[in-house]
Amino acid sequence: MSTMFDYEFMRNAFYACTVVGIVAGAVGYFLVLRGQTFAGHALSHVGFAGATGAGLIGLSPFLGLAVFSVIAGIGIGLLGERAHRDVAIGIVLTLSLGLGLLFLHFYTAFASQATNVLFGNVLGISLRTVIVLGVLAAVILGALVLIARPLLFASLQPELAEARGVPVTLVSTLFMVLVAVATAEAIQIVGVLLVFALMVAPAATALRLTRGVPAGIMVSMVLAVGIAWISLSLAFLTDWPTSFWITTLGTSAYLASGMAQHSMGQGPVANDEP
Amino acid sequence: MSAVAFERVTLSHGGARPILCDVSFSIPQGAFVGLLGANGAGKTTMLRAILGLIKPLSGTISVLGKPPTRGNATIGYMPQARRTLVHPGISGIDFVLSAAGGHRWGWPVASAIEKEAAWKALEAVGAGDLALRPLAELSGGERQRILIAQALIGDPMLLLLDEPLISLDAAHQRTIIDLVHAIGERLGIAVLFCSHEINPLLRAVDRVLYLGNAKAAIGGVDEVISGPVLSKLYGTPINVVRVAGRIFVMADDVEVEAGTHVHDV
Repeated sequence: MSTMFDYEFMRNAFYACTVVGIVAGAVGYFLVLRGQTFAGHALSHVGFAGATGAGLIGLSPFLGLAVFSVIAGIGIGLLGERAHRDVAIGIVLTLSLGLGLLFLHFYTAFASQATNVLFGNVLGISLRTVIVLGVLAAVILGALVLIARPLLFASLQPELAEARGVPVTLVSTLFMVLVAVATAEAIQIVGVLLVFALMVAPAATALRLTRGVPAGIMVSMVLAVGIAWISLSLAFLTDWPTSFWITTLGTSAYLASGMAQHSMGQGPVANDEP
Repeated sequence: MSAVAFERVTLSHGGARPILCDVSFSIPQGAFVGLLGANGAGKTTMLRAILGLIKPLSGTISVLGKPPTRGNATIGYMPQARRTLVHPGISGIDFVLSAAGGHRWGWPVASAIEKEAAWKALEAVGAGDLALRPLAELSGGERQRILIAQALIGDPMLLLLDEPLISLDAAHQRTIIDLVHAIGERLGIAVLFCSHEINPLLRAVDRVLYLGNAKAAIGGVDEVISGPVLSKLYGTPINVVRVAGRIFVMADDVEVEAGTHVHDV
């Protein structure tokens, strides 16, 4: 009897989902904790312009995507907490999609790949790409371990962290670079438009279900990897797109965690004041 | 040696008008000082200067006998609560622990010593039983206790608290003031307690530092909160009215200091 693991593309897809799920779960935890999910969403859209632009001049779309996201990540990190930040990010996001559209207009041969960039194509990942994803993932996780302590402090109490000597702008800029690379990885699985499904849904679910940072990160990673694995299996059985299943399972997990919270009598947030 | 001393200090945000101009005062160790003034009077700016986060344009600041330096572990600081944490994943103890060694690089695993320090600080504010609950689910008064506990990490020699009374009702305001007063006395350290309201503080303060019109006046409550002193500070006639143990500061029949109404911050 043949199983889905008899196919090389399925094995590669499982490897890629494992690697990317771990990274997205860990980075996503801090992204949600810091309230920067919109910035993460924007980085992936900037990546779209990078991917199509790179395709236009004959470079690897993944390289273009990663480079554009990292540059945007540095920009967002340096913007800091200033007013109108979300407006600025939103405008750059829109501009990037516009640019991506223009690049596609000049390079129509890329149009078939554009859907893959937008919605992901995990079943088309080669072993070579898996290795690249794995190496980048190791770098991201290593860097995250290095900055996690000041990052957590600066996320929870930025003014106090600054007073205690934490280089707050440097730490948040480094973090946005990690988010950018993690986003570029997640795009390989779920695409530009659905990055939230891997970066945000598992992390937000974990933040509802856990107490303490290490437990939260662990659950976030397990959820992201688990959702991706189940989605791959469902995609194999149903022949429906993997990205569809990832978004569906991510949303279900988030909704279920909300209900679990209520049944534990915790309520979403007891907010008796501004 | 004084806890904090300003000598002819001018502070600016880079704008045309300085926030504080040629201000001198000294706060002795162990004093409980109310730092008062309307919103925008420069209270937070003054705290940031003491923390070494902004340099004075002129004059000298001394903190526990030394010039202010960023990362000074002898200062306990509670910033104004700007954002409320909405995720239940962070409990009180997680929050307090994030400040213990939070400036070091690496993975956030607390050592036994750091955990002990965090629990000691939580016990000192009577929040030991709140520590395991999610911060997002605590009431305003409970959350302020956790924030004060975080400020106590590192056994500070000076405590700077920025608007701890904001959005608390009168009963919780009293609890917080009495708590901070008791901590200051027990540790024998100076407390600079920032508030835009004088009345809740009357029960505890030794002296007040009143900021207005880029100037400062320091002294006992009756010395500083008086018509002549505040008129000189603001450069315009000010009346101070005392009714039933409460103080109202009025200029042209408008209350200068928000005693009765809530301001946005």
